Amino acid sequence: MRGVRSGVFVLALVPFGALCLRVVQNDLGPDPAKELSLATGEWALRFLLLALAMTPLRVLTGRLEFAQRRRMIGLFALFYSSVHLLVWMAFLLGFRWGAIAEELVERPYITLGFAAYVILFALGVTSPRVMVRRLGRNWRRLHRLVYAAGVLAIAHLVWIVRTDLVEAVAYGSVLLGLLAWRVYFNRGAIFRRLA
Amino acid sequence: MLIKKPDDIKSSEITPQSIYEGRREFLKGAGIVAGASLLPGIATAQVGAGLKAPAPAGLQASPAAPWLREKFTSVSPAPDAEPFFTEEALTPYDDVTRYNNFYEFGMDKSDPSSNSGEFKTDPWSVEIAGEVAKPGNYTLEDMLKPHDLEERVYRLRCVEAWSMVIPWVGFPLADLIKRFEPTSKAKFVEFETLVDDDSMPGIRSRFAIVRWPYREGLRMDEAMNPLTFMAVGLYGQTLPAQNGAPMRLVVPWKYGFKSIKSIVKINFRETMPNTTWVDLQAREYGFYANVNPAVHHPRWRQDMERRLPQTLFDRKVIPTLPFNGYGEQVADLYKGMDLSRYY
Ligand code: HEM
Repeated sequence: MRGVRSGVFVLALVPFGALCLRVVQNDLGPDPAKELSLATGEWALRFLLLALAMTPLRVLTGRLEFAQRRRMIGLFALFYSSVHLLVWMAFLLGFRWGAIAEELVERPYITLGFAAYVILFALGVTSPRVMVRRLGRNWRRLHRLVYAAGVLAIAHLVWIVRTDLVEAVAYGSVLLGLLAWRVYFNRGAIFRRLA
Repeated sequence: MLIKKPDDIKSSEITPQSIYEGRREFLKGAGIVAGASLLPGIATAQVGAGLKAPAPAGLQASPAAPWLREKFTSVSPAPDAEPFFTEEALTPYDDVTRYNNFYEFGMDKSDPSSNSGEFKTDPWSVEIAGEVAKPGNYTLEDMLKPHDLEERVYRLRCVEAWSMVIPWVGFPLADLIKRFEPTSKAKFVEFETLVDDDSMPGIRSRFAIVRWPYREGLRMDEAMNPLTFMAVGLYGQTLPAQNGAPMRLVVPWKYGFKSIKSIVKINFRETMPNTTWVDLQAREYGFYANVNPAVHHPRWRQDMERRLPQTLFDRKVIPTLPFNGYGEQVADLYKGMDLSRYY
């Protein structure tokens, strides 16, 4: 199974490599900072949704590999989010800390994105096995927040829509589908708790 | 209004660009660069000669009616001074034509240039309506015939916090408006963009939240201001579809979205028109939309701008000026108005 694992790892780095290549070749168009920001944001969201899809895929296919890759894919969501955040701080705001702080509180879409990031960061930090063991039952509770991160990321995306919702609707429906599946799959436990 | 006449210019204001042009003229006179400048095609050889910003060599001009191409053989160059010219570095032709918003063609900045291949600008007609003595449907040729074309190099500031410097070709909107003899009731001018399902994929989208057609407007005195420009070309050539062919507005002291593209209707009205962005987001966009670093926008910083093109490590981030630097010409239009309310 090592092969699958490194295969997924390399594949997940392809978008990053492609972006680096475009940086080096100066092939990001006239507004490279913005272009990088958009591309990394989109990959962060894709990996987040992909991570959320792992458990349903395991259940549907019965293949354990999906569950085994979930953590790595989730960490890639954090990785692309971190690059997204860094690009914003470095290239869009030139590390002007005053402006960065101002943006975080004054622009609702930034606040939403940042909230999603804080969650992803917390999940990333607590993803190693020792942390799983140490946190015990709380680990599951904490990691359920991944759905909140998903909702916040979609809200972040909806907020920057200009004239057309198609992208937000597409990613939003995927998230909604995954959430619905989760509720349906856990309906027994949910009903028991409600009763 | 104060516009510097050419003899006011200090020699220190003469730009490298004009020196460059001057040298080019000299060389051309001497017949030295004949090969280089004639290669792109005989038809375009004299087009743009003497302009501040002629078309880049080898450019394949967008298709246009012969009478329109003919008009482009005698464009008068921009003067040497603000406000009709700026010494700031021009945004290259490729960036002006491949990186912009024209939502009828899609959402990404590259969509307008990629998706506008089916767009037809010939034949074209414009409806003149409302409070004017001479309403009617005019062909583009009738619209443009009496106007001599001139070049203007203007800053363009997008509300998304990026900006460009673009050499337009066109004529003052005021000259056009006078011909239709607006009545005393004409207080505002409203413009509409073409709606064409077949050639505009953005219009076909089922998830668009815009009520097409795209609509913009100006107060009559804004429309009559000498800065307000009707553009039919850029870089000495006819406008490419993605930049608003065949005819678009350019209002350099307002955010870019006011400069409506591919105009098919001009309506003179007594009341303030409803404009597309006010319709979509009244909290974020007002009718005036003057470039104003002091008015907060919920999504984009307005106190600075990314001057394009830039590279990651050579970022040209400059402060945004009130009225995009054209305050001397237009601030008077808004005397006594609370610009934080009428944004
Ligand atoms: C860390 C805090 C974050 C900041 C400061 C931030 C900032 C930004 C900025 C400036 C944009 C461009 C907005 C525009 O169109 O003008 C953007 C777009 C976007 N961001 Fe974020 N973001 C953050 C977190 C996230 C996270 C955690 C995700 C997803 C997991 C995400 C996903 C996206 C997406 C999908 C886009 C739109 C891309 C597109 O339109 O192609 N962002 N973000």
